[in-house]
Amino acid sequence: MSDTVIRTTGLSKKFIIGHQVEQDSLLREAMTRGARALMRRTADLIKGRTRGVTGQMEEFWAVRDLNFEIKRGELVSIIGHNGAGKSTLLKILSRITEPTEGRVEINGRVNSLLEVGTGFHPELSGRENIFLNGAILGMSRAEMRRRFDEIVEFSGVSKFIDTPVKRYSVGMYVRLAFAVAAHLEAEILVVDEVLSVGDAEFQSKCINRMSEVAGSGRTVLFVSHNFAAVRALTKRSIVLEGGKLAFDGPVEAGLTYYTSTLGRGGTARNWGRGKDATLVSAKLLDENGCATDHFTPGTALRLKIVVDTTGMPGMSLSMILRDQHNLPVGYYSSDPFSSVALPTTAGRYECILSLDKLFLAAGEYNIDLQTTSTAIIVDHRVDGALQFHVTGCNPGDVGYDFRQDQGAGHLALRLTAPLHFERLAGAAIPDLHSDERLGQR
Amino acid sequence: MSVDNRSAAPQLVLEAGRADRQYWQDLWRYRELLFILAWRDVSVRYKQTAVGIAWAFIRPFITLVVFTVVFGHIAKVQTNPNIPYALIVIGGLLPWTLFSAVLGDASNSVISNSNLISKVYFPRMIVPLATVLIAVIDFGVSLSILAGLMIWYGFAPGWQILLLPAFVVLTVLASLGPAIWAAAIVVKYRDFRFVVPFVLQFGLYVSPVGFPSSVVPEQWRLIYNLNPMVGIIDGFRWCIVGGESPIYLPGFLLSLGVTAFFLWLGVGTFRRIERGFADMI
Repeated sequence: MSDTVIRTTGLSKKFIIGHQVEQDSLLREAMTRGARALMRRTADLIKGRTRGVTGQMEEFWAVRDLNFEIKRGELVSIIGHNGAGKSTLLKILSRITEPTEGRVEINGRVNSLLEVGTGFHPELSGRENIFLNGAILGMSRAEMRRRFDEIVEFSGVSKFIDTPVKRYSVGMYVRLAFAVAAHLEAEILVVDEVLSVGDAEFQSKCINRMSEVAGSGRTVLFVSHNFAAVRALTKRSIVLEGGKLAFDGPVEAGLTYYTSTLGRGGTARNWGRGKDATLVSAKLLDENGCATDHFTPGTALRLKIVVDTTGMPGMSLSMILRDQHNLPVGYYSSDPFSSVALPTTAGRYECILSLDKLFLAAGEYNIDLQTTSTAIIVDHRVDGALQFHVTGCNPGDVGYDFRQDQGAGHLALRLTAPLHFERLAGAAIPDLHSDERLGQR
Repeated sequence: MSVDNRSAAPQLVLEAGRADRQYWQDLWRYRELLFILAWRDVSVRYKQTAVGIAWAFIRPFITLVVFTVVFGHIAKVQTNPNIPYALIVIGGLLPWTLFSAVLGDASNSVISNSNLISKVYFPRMIVPLATVLIAVIDFGVSLSILAGLMIWYGFAPGWQILLLPAFVVLTVLASLGPAIWAAAIVVKYRDFRFVVPFVLQFGLYVSPVGFPSSVVPEQWRLIYNLNPMVGIIDGFRWCIVGGESPIYLPGFLLSLGVTAFFLWLGVGTFRRIERGFADMI
């Protein structure tokens, strides 16, 4: 049974990014140009041909020349920075979008899970949404009926199953959505970063469920930034860098390779550009000023950022620290927090953001960087510009490890004065066991 | 765990611009999704409304009353005195309502389901087709107006009424062509969100909805039938009142031809563009 189920040869996908060109200065000029463009576009439109907007075009290869094979029953993780082409690859494999070049041969039926709760309708009840979502994911009605009870039980929202989901809390909504997804059966299952939802308990439940699916002889392609899940679920890793295949091999080696690329800071990936201020690269620095992807709690968090500016006044630099579920943990902005704007002379600048000592809980983090004008309008934004991890956090210097996934937040809080308890003499201490007190209730 | 019967899928090759030979098979295989999407839209449509599905009855009924009064009693459009004018109007209004519901809803359907299109694969044609089902359900409800009128006027239809379903199918086909064409084009050119409502508003007056097509001068009738709804509305009236409202055969054939052309254009355009939907939406 070890035949090939997916084979890609020279797989590439190109996107055209349009940049707006400068406005015509003369109205007459603009009008004739506009009229000509309008006529051409009308002709295109009737024929249903799609041509891009006028302006400067830039080609962007989201995925470039991918060659790999996946055998039946293999469990493969696809890892890479944001924008490395993982999602595009999954979208091609799940037939949502078409490759520009190359080909994919698939033997078997692919079911993909790129998002939980696709097609959920807020007006419908939980029960109705289970059937709707199941059908959208490609389950037959008979299959749904067979698994319905299992899904409801897994979600833990059975009490509200006939309530419209618009009245659900976010947590309930996500649980229900994931419960349907987790019961999706397919020969080849393609899963995008969907495990990063819900609380820690529900997540581990999901990972267990996924490994059950993975263990039953199915082929699974799995994208995640959650290393624990990647390790638990997959045996082989494909690392993408800038749309190209950078590594293909055992999962541990893949993760090692991936972390080693982190310090390179933006060379592997196209960050695009902003209008007035463009982020060029960013690195996390250790105490010696070398690039790292590792942060030791209780030290200063230092970032070296290179930014291009057109000299536009009032631009500022900001960052959002996010946890492994991509939830925001902290925020810094140069303008309102420290009244520093980007230089008003055009050019490329380097700066070091040195943040206060943080006792971050152990786990994965990433940092979004952005340049903003007047602190509100985002000019250039790079999500997940930096990734780093904290391996252990023990503020008390005892063997206690404070972890992100405990669900108790991200910061180990520290005292400024030693903690000590003082006995208050003469205070009336209620006797918890007295009958009198119980009787008062 | 059981391997379902769909697992015996033949090898699938994904390549740029490759025509998908299994497309129509896939469409059939995803029919459950078609029904579920239609069911979703139907059950959501009348949520939090007081009278619910009665709206499918009220709207055409009020239009019927207004048209009967305006065209039949005020404008006194010449007509056969043997037939109540309301029956002439309903014969045009029913197919027109169906046509405009299909065209209006289906042309927007791809955009309003963009979250599905960018996350899940299924033959995209399912989305506009699902809206057709909804329009047909509403049409079924409004048929009760026709039945009510026949009882009210004591008008017994002839054998021709048995052919009514055929004309319902024709109406759907006539609207489906432009609808799926617009549904595909609107993904790239949102302009059509404004064009379609305008065409529908305009079409109500250039189609023989409130008046019989026989009022159009003889020499223009063939050209008038370039509007596919003309032939179909004529056919509807013929089904309801029989020989009293004869079908103009050359015009009817022309209407059929135009319908076929739009279907060909619509399906062709949709299939060509749909592979890029996820990139454009």
